[in-house]
Amino acid sequence: MSPRPPARPSIAGIVDIAPILIGVVPFGIIAGIAAVEAGLGTFQAYAVSPLVFAGAAQLAMTDLISRDAAAIVVVATALVINSRFAMYSASLAPTFGRVGAMRKAVAAYLLTDQAFAVSVVRFDRVDEPISARYAYYLGAGMALWVTWLVSSAVGVVVGAGVPAEWSLDFAIPLVFIALLFAAVNDRGTGIAAVAGFVAAVAFAGLPLNLGLLVASGVGIAAGVVGQRR
Amino acid sequence: MTTHSTATIWLLIGVTAAGTWLIRISFIALLGRVSVFPDLAMRVLRMIPAAVLAALIGPSLTQAEGAFDLGTERFLAGLLAGLVAWRTRNVLATIGVGMGGLWLLQAVG
Repeated sequence: MSPRPPARPSIAGIVDIAPILIGVVPFGIIAGIAAVEAGLGTFQAYAVSPLVFAGAAQLAMTDLISRDAAAIVVVATALVINSRFAMYSASLAPTFGRVGAMRKAVAAYLLTDQAFAVSVVRFDRVDEPISARYAYYLGAGMALWVTWLVSSAVGVVVGAGVPAEWSLDFAIPLVFIALLFAAVNDRGTGIAAVAGFVAAVAFAGLPLNLGLLVASGVGIAAGVVGQRR
Repeated sequence: MTTHSTATIWLLIGVTAAGTWLIRISFIALLGRVSVFPDLAMRVLRMIPAAVLAALIGPSLTQAEGAFDLGTERFLAGLLAGLVAWRTRNVLATIGVGMGGLWLLQAVG
């Protein structure tokens, strides 16, 4: 068996992220439908995906908007969910801190759970120059970007035609359930999840949907403390 | 359906988009100026997805019809979906079983 010539890094990025994209498609469709059902205008429902480009935050946002949560709570919740990107940003900084400003801006825009996950594995296993690493990341990031925009646009198109009896709004907590079990991977995150769940139920009566943010804080604190034991 | 105006929703989308991008570029832009990521900050950030997602799920399952009730179709279907998510870690299977379970319970009830 002769060794195959190594694929271009950008192609390798697309190939590596491809299996993950299958799970992104239903998530994107649901995000599109949810945006329309929440009462966003059609153009807004399309625009939110390329502008925010973060699935869980988009779903939480539209969910809160549909329940008329206070504006500050909508934004704060979305940003708290997206604060995990700071962790990825720190992890990628040694690599992307050395590329040009424009490339940094693009890399930041394309930073997602999925692109980060495949890239850290690649950077750890393959010793290649920063330009190759950037190309790999761009391949993975762009593949996810196209998938997210197309699938959420499909959701916006079908969204208006979905009958209420289908209870498709229930797909939002279902997506969160699927994401939750992927996020719980040790004692601390398990404690954070249980504490966050219980606190959210207890504080659900707080005005302006503030219970969500309070409960998130309780869960985070419980997880940090529980992790140390 | 929301009662927020179109302009307000644009503002919400715009501020969230800008804030999210700033979070994403934070340490990539700061490299050289900030040398180490504080350990406590790292531990806090690691807990955020689990805590926030669980907090989002809680009321939508236990208070599906307003008051606290563990006998609703949505709570039972959500429990079933949680079991599938735990065993398979599969997004499609979780959504499929959860929606299928809800429709079945609605048809029976």
